[in-house]
Order: sequence, then C-alpha cells, then structure tokens
Amino acid sequence: MKAFLILEDGTVFTGQSIGAQREVISEIVFNTSMTGYLEVLTDPSYAGQAVVMTYPLIGNYGICYEDMESDRPWPDAFIVRELSRIPSNFRSEDTIQNFLLKYDIPGISGIDTRALTKILREKGTMNGCITTDEHYQIDEIIPKLKAYTTGKVVEKVTCKEKYVLNGDGPKVALLDLGAKRNIARSLNERGCEVTVYPALTSAEEILGSNPDGIMLSNGPGDPKECTSIIEEIKKLYQSDVPIFAICLGHQLMALANGADTYKMKYGHRGGNHPVRDLETGRVYISSQNHGYVVDTDTLDPSVAVPAFENVNDGTNEGLAYTGKNIFTVQYHPEACPGPRDSAYLFDRFMKMMEGNK
Amino acid sequence: MPKNPDIKKVLMIGSGPIIIGQAAEFDYAGTQACRSLKEEGIEVVLLNSNPATIMTDKDIADKVYIEPLTVEVVEQLILKEQPDSVLPTLGGQAGLNLAMELEERGFLKEHNVRLIGTTAETIKKAEDRQEFKDTMEKIGEPVAASKVVHTVPEGVEFTQTIGYPVVLRPAYTLGGSGGGIAHNYQELVEILENGLRLSRVGEVLVERCIAGWKEIEYEVMRDSAGNVITVCNMENIDPVGVHTGDSIVVAPSQTLGDKEYQMLRTSALNIISELKITGGCNVQFALNPDSFEYCVIEVNPRVSRSSALASKATGYPIAKVAAKIALGYTLDEIKNAITGKTYASFEPMLDYCVVKMPRLPFDKFISASRKLTTQMKATGEVMSIANNFEGGLMKAIRSLEQHVDCLLSYDFSDLDEDGLMRQLEVVDDRRIWVIAEALRRGISYETIHTITKIDVWFIDKLAILVEMEQALQTQPLTVDLLKEAKRIEFPDNVIARLTGKPEAEIKKMRYDNGIVAAYKMVDTCAAEFAAETPYYYSVFGSENEAVETSGKKKVLVLGSGPIRIGQGIEFDFCSVHCTWAFAKEGYETIIVNNNPETVSTDFDIADKLYFEPLTPEDVENIVNLEHPDGAVVQFGGQTAIKLTESLMKMGVPILGTSAENVDRAEDRELFDEVLEKCSIPRPSGHTVFTAEEAKKAAHELGYPVLVRPSYVLGGQGMQIAINDEDVDAFIGIINRIAQEHPILVDKYLVGKEIEVDAVCDGEDVLIPGIMEHIERAGIHSGDSISVYPAQSISAKIKRVIEDYTRKLAKELHVIGLINIQFIVSNDEVYVIEVNPRSSRTVPYISKVTGIPIVPLATKVILGHKIRELGYEPGLQPEADYFAIKMPVFSFEKIRGADISLGPEMKSTGECLGIAKTFDEALYKAFLGAGINLPKHKNMIITVKDSDKLDVIDIARRFEAIGYRIFSTRGTARALQEHGVHARMINKIEGESPNLMDLILGHEIDLVIDTPSQGVDHAKDGFLIRRNAIETGVNVLTALDTAQALITSLENNNINKLSLIDIATVASR
Repeated sequence: MKAFLILEDGTVFTGQSIGAQREVISEIVFNTSMTGYLEVLTDPSYAGQAVVMTYPLIGNYGICYEDMESDRPWPDAFIVRELSRIPSNFRSEDTIQNFLLKYDIPGISGIDTRALTKILREKGTMNGCITTDEHYQIDEIIPKLKAYTTGKVVEKVTCKEKYVLNGDGPKVALLDLGAKRNIARSLNERGCEVTVYPALTSAEEILGSNPDGIMLSNGPGDPKECTSIIEEIKKLYQSDVPIFAICLGHQLMALANGADTYKMKYGHRGGNHPVRDLETGRVYISSQNHGYVVDTDTLDPSVAVPAFENVNDGTNEGLAYTGKNIFTVQYHPEACPGPRDSAYLFDRFMKMMEGNK
Repeated sequence: MPKNPDIKKVLMIGSGPIIIGQAAEFDYAGTQACRSLKEEGIEVVLLNSNPATIMTDKDIADKVYIEPLTVEVVEQLILKEQPDSVLPTLGGQAGLNLAMELEERGFLKEHNVRLIGTTAETIKKAEDRQEFKDTMEKIGEPVAASKVVHTVPEGVEFTQTIGYPVVLRPAYTLGGSGGGIAHNYQELVEILENGLRLSRVGEVLVERCIAGWKEIEYEVMRDSAGNVITVCNMENIDPVGVHTGDSIVVAPSQTLGDKEYQMLRTSALNIISELKITGGCNVQFALNPDSFEYCVIEVNPRVSRSSALASKATGYPIAKVAAKIALGYTLDEIKNAITGKTYASFEPMLDYCVVKMPRLPFDKFISASRKLTTQMKATGEVMSIANNFEGGLMKAIRSLEQHVDCLLSYDFSDLDEDGLMRQLEVVDDRRIWVIAEALRRGISYETIHTITKIDVWFIDKLAILVEMEQALQTQPLTVDLLKEAKRIEFPDNVIARLTGKPEAEIKKMRYDNGIVAAYKMVDTCAAEFAAETPYYYSVFGSENEAVETSGKKKVLVLGSGPIRIGQGIEFDFCSVHCTWAFAKEGYETIIVNNNPETVSTDFDIADKLYFEPLTPEDVENIVNLEHPDGAVVQFGGQTAIKLTESLMKMGVPILGTSAENVDRAEDRELFDEVLEKCSIPRPSGHTVFTAEEAKKAAHELGYPVLVRPSYVLGGQGMQIAINDEDVDAFIGIINRIAQEHPILVDKYLVGKEIEVDAVCDGEDVLIPGIMEHIERAGIHSGDSISVYPAQSISAKIKRVIEDYTRKLAKELHVIGLINIQFIVSNDEVYVIEVNPRSSRTVPYISKVTGIPIVPLATKVILGHKIRELGYEPGLQPEADYFAIKMPVFSFEKIRGADISLGPEMKSTGECLGIAKTFDEALYKAFLGAGINLPKHKNMIITVKDSDKLDVIDIARRFEAIGYRIFSTRGTARALQEHGVHARMINKIEGESPNLMDLILGHEIDLVIDTPSQGVDHAKDGFLIRRNAIETGVNVLTALDTAQALITSLENNNINKLSLIDIATVASR
C-alpha cells in the first residue's frame, strides 16, 4: 500500500507503507548507523520521535529478540529506503515487518532517505506525518504538524516498578529515565548488584538503600521538562555516593547544577562520532543519540568542567564534577548499537565505587 | 601530536611491476601519499621500478628513481640521497619486505635513517607465521588452529583436539596436490598417508577447516597516540576458500548484525593496537555463519588492495591519512578532505552499497583452469555504487567488459538437473550465473546455500534479478515495471532484449516518463554533513544531487576500466595526466571510470568524478546532465575508444583525432588505402570472414601467417598459423571471442620490431624517440623487451621511420597521440599497426626522454601547436643513456596457462632498467623483473628444431659462466656436436631421472624452452614450462630473450649500479 511522509515544510515523500497502517505525527530524526536497527528501535530515547535510517538496506539480518534494548520498540514510526525481503542470520527469529506490526509501529519504505536526511540537516529536525490516506489535505496537516509537541516521554518509558539484577559486587542504583538494557547489563557483568528505579523515585528512597554508586541512564525528550527529576538529582549530587550518568542523565545533572541545555539543529545519532577525552587527548569513536546538549558557557567551573568534547563540532560530550565522585557523558558507553570503545567508562565507575569504600 | 619536525626528507618505496596480487592500487596509494607528504613540505625521494606509474612522475616526487627494488639498490640510494626517513608501508609487500631486510641488516640504524609508518617489530609480528600466532594468542584473538605433522598418528591426535573437518596441506608438492579436506577419521587417514608420501619432506599441515565461513574484512587506522578507527568493513559474497581478490565483495557487510559487526570491529582494533601500527591495516576474519565463533585469517600491516577499495567505497583517503600519521600527526588533527568540516578521526558511514567484482584473465588464458582458490588470479577489479545490492551487482557486471551485462550472459540452460547441480559445486568466476540458472529452475535457496555456502541473503538478491528477467520476458512493459527494472539497474539494452522491443523504444519510454538517472554523492558521512567533494554515483528513482556547474568549458575524460592484460595502468597514467593538463588550460574536468585501484578515481584528481560503468547508456546519462563541451577518448585505451561512436551520437564533440580517422586506422580496407596513399608498405594480407577464406588467403600469402580479429587491444586472439589445421583452430577460437568483426590474415614477417609514439598537431609531428624490441616480430610488443634508443637499426632506417610516422600522422589527421609499430625486415620498413591514441609505451617513453607527452598531446588537442609549446618537431635527439622496458609475467598464479610467448599479450606489468651503458640497463631490467639467477647454476635447454643452430652460441656463453646444461636428446646432440657439454636427460615420459625430476627437485635456475609454432605444441613442452613456473623456476620461451639475459649476466656487477634520478632527465 502507498504511504506518504509529509514534512512540516510541505515536502511530501511517497513510498510504501510498512508495519502498522495507522496515521502518525512525530518529530523526524535520522540515524546513520549501518547496523543495529533493532537496538535503535528498542532504545527508549527514541520515544516521541520517528527514526529515519540513512543506511538504505534494513532488515537484512532479521529480528533477534535478545538484542532488544528494552521490552518494546519506542519510535512513533520507522522510515527506511528498503526493507529486506528475507532475513538471514543464524539468530534471526522474525522479520522486521512482523516486528513492526506486532508492536503497532507504522512506517514508510521506498523513499529517498538521503534527500530526507539532507532536508533535516539543512532545516533542522522537524515534525512530520506518515499516512496511507491518498486524499490527505496538506493544508490541514501542516498546522497540525507545527502544533505537535511531545511531552512526559520519560514517564512513558521508565519502568513501572523497581527491580533488581543480582550480583556480588558493588550495589548500584540505576535511575531508569528510559534506560537501554545494556547499561544495567554492563554493570551486572562487572559483578554489580543493580537496582533499577523508576524515573520518579525520590532521592531519599535511592539514598536510603545505601547504594555504592548511582547510575543515571539515557532517556528521551527535552531535559528541561524533567523538572521534578532534576530536583531529586540535586539531592543525589549532595550525597557522597559516586555517580555516573549517561545522555539524559548527564544533561539532568548539569541542569541540577545550574547549567543550561539547548536543542541542537539535528542532533547526533549514529555510531561514528569522535569524542575527545580532554584530559588525555585520546579520541574515541562513540555511539550517540541525542538532540539536546549541555551549554558549556553556562557551566560554573567551580562545579563542573568539560571532560569530553565532540571532535567534529566541539559540542560538550561529558563533564567532570569538581570535588565530587561524579562524571557524566553525553554519549553511550553501553553501545548497542555501535562501537564498544568507551566500555572502559564502566570500569572507571567501578574504580570510583571501590575507591569510595 | 603535531608533525615531527625531524622528518624532512623521506624515501618512499613503491611496489614495482604490476603482477597479479600487486596491481595499480599501490600506485594510487603511493601517489596519494607522495602528494600528502609534499603538502607538508617534505622532500620526497621515490623508488619504484615500474615506469608506468603516476607516482614515478617528477610532478609527484622531488627525486624519482626507477630502479630495481633490491636491498642493494635501496642501500645505495640511501647513501646517495641521505633521506632521514623511509616510508615502506605504501608499496605493498615488496616495499615492506625491503624495509624488513634493511632493518635486519642494521643498515638503517647505522646510517641514522628511521622507518616511519611502521616498525620492524610490527612487520615481524604481522608477517611471521609463528610470531603472528603468538601475538594473537596473547591478546585472546583466535586463529585457525594448525600443526605440522610428520606421521599419521600425530595428525590424528591433533585433529582430535581441534575437531573435523580439517584441511590437509602437504608441504612442497605442486600446486597443493595431495591435499584435501577430511570430514572423518577414514578420510583423514587416507589423505594424510597420501600427503605424507607425496610431500618431499614428509610434512603435512593439519589445519582447522574454516572453508564455507563468511569472510569479512576490516580496514582500520591507528595513530601514534593510540587512537583507532575503522574506515570500512567488507563482506565477501564468496565464503572462505576464495581469495578476497577473486571474490565478489560488498561494502559495508550486509548479513552481519550489530553484535557480529561490533565484535569483529573490536577485534580488529585490538589487533592494530597490539601491533602498534601507525597508519592503515587490513584484518581478514572468518566468521562461522552459525555462531559468534570467528578467527583471524590474516593481517596486512600496510595499505593494500582492500584499503584502496575501502578508500573508494567510503571516500576516506586511507593512504593520505596514513602518510600524515607517519609524519606524526594524530587522526583528530587531520581534516577530512571530503567534508572539509569533520576530521580523520571518525568512521565513515555509507548510505549506499558498494559491489566489487574481480576482472579475471580467463579470456586471455583459454587453457587455464577457471577455478578460484586461495591463490589470487584476478588482474584487476571493478567497483560500483548503488543504493541497493541488486543494482550494484548489475552495474559491476557490465563494468567488467567481458561481454557480460546481466545474469543471462553465461548460458547454463543446456545443463540437465544433475549437470547443473555439479556445476553449482564448481567454484569459478561464473558461479553467480550458475546460481541464477538454478534459481530459474526453481532450485531452493536452501539447496543452493548448502552447496555454495553463499549466504541466502545474496541468493535472494540474485533471485530478485532473475524474477525481473522473467517479468520483462512475460509481462507487458508498464511504466511501473520499467521503473523497477531501472531501480535495480537493468540496462536498456538488456530490457530491450528481454522484452523484444528496440532499445530506442525503451529509452523513449523512460524519457517520456521521467525515468532518468539521478546522481548521489559519496560524502563519508551519510549526508550528516554537507560535503565539498563532487564524487558521484547514479541511482534511479531518487532526487539528483549533482549540479551542473557552468562558467568554464567542460571536458569529459573517459577512463580505461579494470586493469587487464593488454590494458593496464599505463592508460590510467594517460587519463590522469590528460585531466591535469585540461585543468591547467582552464577546463572543468569530469572523469568517468569504474576502477577502484586507480589514481584517476581518487576524489581530487578531476573537478568531478563519476564512479560509473563505461557503457554508452551510463555515459549518456552523465552527458545529459553535464552537457560537456567535448570528450577525450584517446587516453583511455580500447575502453574509451569503443565509446567514440556513441558519444558522437549523443552530440558530444570528440576532442583530438576524429572518429572517422580512428576508423581509417582500425578498419583494414580503409587503412590499406591510407598506406597506399602514403606509399608505405605493410606485410601483405587479407580480410576474411570464414575459415575457408582464411585458408585461401594463407595459401596465397604462404605460411606462416598471422591470424587475428580486427579491433582488439593486447593482441587478443592473435596467433601465428603454420598450416591449415592451425587456421581452422584459430578461427574457431576467434569466433568465440568476437563475432561481429572481420578476421585479418597477414603474411608473417621475421624481423626487428620497432615502436614509435608521436604527438601530432595536424601540421607538425614530434617523435620523442624510437624503441626497438629485443624479441623478433611474432611476440606481442607488450611482452617484448623494449630498448630506447633503438640499437640495431641504421640512421637511414630511423629516417624512414620518422618519415613514415610523419606521413601517417598527417594523413590520418591525427590531433594528439599516435602509436605505430613497424617491422624492419631485410632493410625494408613495414608498418604493422597504427593506433591513433595513447599506448602502453607512453609513460615509459615520456619518462626516459623527459618529454611530457600526454600534457603536450592534450595541449595540442586544445589547438596549441608543437612549435609554440617550445618543441622542435621531428625525431628528438637521442638521450645519452639506455632505458630498457622489461615485461613481467604472473604465470605462476594462473594454473594451466601456457606461458610461451606469441602474438597474444600475456604480461601483467613492466619494469625499467636505465643506465649509461646498454649492458647495465639490461642487467637492471632483468633484476627489476625479479630474474635473480644463480643458485644452483643448473639449466635446462630444449628448443624446437629451427632454433637449434641459434641456441648454440647462447648455450656456450651460459656454460662459460659456469652453468651445467641439461637437454633432451635432440637439443643435447646439437649442442654436443658444437662442443657444448650438454648432459642428456630423458623426456618427461621417459624413465627417471627425467626432466620433471630435475625441475621438481628444485635444482634448476633457468629453463630455455622454445615452443614449436602453431597449435600443435608438444604437450611435453607445455608441461615442462608449467611445472617449471609452478616450482618458481625462470622460463624463457624466446631465444632473443635468452641472449639478452646471458649478455646481462656476463656483465653482472651488482655493487656498481649507477642510480639515475629521472626527475633530472630534461627534455632537449
């Protein structure tokens, strides 16, 4: 069936419908990873967004459920150039088409994803609508697209109740702001007992459990919307518990300390971004997925200093908090999808917890 | 870390002559690296024995030495030029080996020269089998388990520890005979017993069998700070068992999930970190398709063919970055030249799919086995870019120029089911065509996969192409069907064939419905950043990104496609120089080519690069967009020449010699008229179409005659016939290769072969020099040793040649280049061939005369006159040194190929010997070609009857320098009669000890075996030559070559080679 992608600026792409056939409005973002479409689809940070894959051939190795980074896909829609007719991999259990249908995710294939990406690059991230209605009225849709905003996405994606991954090592409290599974897994594999808390858990409850370390996860949406969580994080900051934060967690810690964040033109989403460790000068290739970034001009240097920066555009990629056992990064050391080069940060966190004992 | 200020003068070592496995990619890498070094103000001294390369131009390096690549030469060169550093990682294995030897001798340390780009320790760790294994074990990277065993129980015990199946490789047997794969105890014992018996040293290597696993490659880079990145990964469609150079390869990998991709990526980065490589590195993996198990097959601690492919596939200039890293820069300090915004410390993201196909030489070596193994056989390759795999494959197929344009091009429809299944098991260059036929018959993906081990994802893609063939054959051609066919890159001519409609109608239907090619950019970053480099590929059904620029005049330069025997790197040299010359004249330049190994497809050579097949339709799509003011075809070999007519139909003016005049040179009848008009003789001959006519012509001319198809390059299909049977056989072969064109039958003249390249501006003709071949006429000019200046012809003959050249150039209204081949027989000069275009000898003669022929020809094409460019027309004064071009062959790589030389070209590359004396030049040329003789001082001489008198003097001279000569009865008797002490030895079929025992005994340095002419060569001779080649013995099949060799050996004095800086050779 034919499907249409209508952008806020009036551009229309015509392709075929994939997955669910319902109409959807969302913020359109692009991801440049060449592998890892299932990890992208199940990354809760994509809640409230429709993802375009710039790599044209998607679905080649099918769906392997154990690779899911959360228990369901989160994007509002999936946009690709071409879906593979058959999947081929020894672990493949399903096709991507079935997967999208199963979770009622609509999408479109057969469009010029490169042209779409260029529009997003030039004009910035914008809203769009995917419909299978051939009689769509563009004048009616565009005002709707302009008015569309997402909200409260963190609450939507966080776990409903706390749960525990057993381990013999340090006790880590993981605040789930939309966490990818591999964060907890990375800690658990290093022996940690990981207690995963819903996003709206109070600082008192977390600190009351006497954790050896606190991990703030990645998550979706505008960090400044998370006002109540920021208040709790302020309290976590005050404690002496070592804290490691990723992505949204990193942004919220910065906001909790008086810094500001802003929305980037089209964000960083992919597995090839170089990040420089400002202390050693070393460069690491990182997995990234963020549309907002901490404004380093608003940092109080007595509170935190930049620890990592993006080699391409110089934006902030991580902070070290002065006099505290706290470090935070904008990118994804847990990978999945993408390079595992920064997995050492979990080791650093382990050491930090050890040293604090 | 910024540039190391101590590095001021760098010696770059090139890779030498083009051979199978070491081709144009090193010219590309070396040239890019030299430019990168010069950009940094470094003085570059270049050493490479290959004169056809761009890197050996004085524009590229400051000092250029086209000298043999031996340790002695490098040492002498270091003493002479005093570089502070040597960069060996850009010249392939040849460069690396030299560096290793220098280091081991302690020479570098002694003279305070540092190795940059790598260390000896790194090279050793990567190249030494045991050290590599130990290093991998140390960092926990798996390699295929293997052990050398001497007894059956030993083999059984080891196999029990690694599990079946195992590969058994007996040591020192011919071409791996006696080896095999054992799946169980019984097979193991059987093969092992046999293998131990066959192995001369009683050794068999037992290795874990990973055949059938996925073969995956990663190109990774590291800088001195330890930063590491992946440039690209690639998946071989052919599983482990076929050399990656002979495999169809796709980038990025298609059937790997993120888990597998990252697992192997991490492994590759761990390896490059452990090896402490500073620069580029290629890691090859075998990945079990049914688990996460993998092993490291090989690591190349240098740029390679794969890195050239990865550079072109991603836009990331690996060689350039590697050179900068060698100077001390870190990845995050080097700008990405494609985007101008990002840095080299990022990983390219593709938003398209790249397909590489090998160009295999089985059209040249008809008798050779087409089987693909771990020994590479391809001479070159093509690459294509599309946004779907099917389209990429279709484009690559038609780029091959092997009379293939779709999956129907090899016909297996006459095989019955059994035959087809058996054919599926054959691993050769036609396998995807066999799979297509199997799919047409409804054979399941699973069955095909079980037999071929090719991933079903690829099989499904072939099925999509087969389904499209069927749809086009059976369904009405709707606009939607046409759109879909074009999306997966069915060319119009194939659609026309399948639908039974004229091609013009298909084209019209496309244009009427707006189904036209659009161009997308290769930008390294999947459109995340705006890119500045116009490097394009075509797709259908998308938005066009290529913008037609205006203002300047525009020229289209058509490249020469894949490297093949007969059309090598020389034509890329010409295309690149022509492009640069046009740019200097203020033109906007556009290159179209499909060869990823070349300099011409580097992103910053032309103003615009279209990485596309060189077919009329593909070129027309570009013409429709760019509207060039003209096209040049005379620099791109036969590939470009073949497009002339189509370009004219598109309304693109052909710059330089007109198509009509090209035709006058190529068409036999027209050419005869030209010669007659100029009163120039040629060997008499006739144009025929059938074997009967050919025999009639041969009788009239008298045998021997030369039989060949018209319109070929490299003498394809050309043979000398001595009787009617030969003629029948040849015509059969010719008709299989090229049916449309007539066949030429000429009188075969014995004489000196002379070659001339010249530039003509329509009035004046400039001849840089006259080249003479050492081998008599009858051996293809590309396979002959070529001497400049010509030695054995008189001043009078030279004047005749100059006169004929001038007359022919003017009569053919040549504007630009012309190449003429003459035969001098009994003081009479005959013309045998005229090519109004660039030739294989252009780079060579340009370098040794100092006359930049290609830029000169380009300026002439643009209307300048030779005189106004500062040159005096006519034959230029001879240089005061000798320059000898030596052909280099790759026979040991092609099993079953006949190595005897004849009118059909067989060499893959060339090297140069240049010196003040003829003897030294000749010695250098042989040395450069790797003919490094005396080890045992034993040789075999067996010659045909007509050579028996001529061989006596040669044999005597070899004996005089200490050679023991073995001959079979006829030759031995002839030699003995003339006082040469030849030892008689039995023929192959004779009792032991016979010739074969001698050869296989590794006690022979040289075989001189001249084959009897004609089709009916003795089977003996063929076997001798093949076996000698496969055991690494030098074989000469022409007495003239043997004579040259003995001359050079008599003057052997390696310590006193004089080195000549080509850059100082000034034109007079």
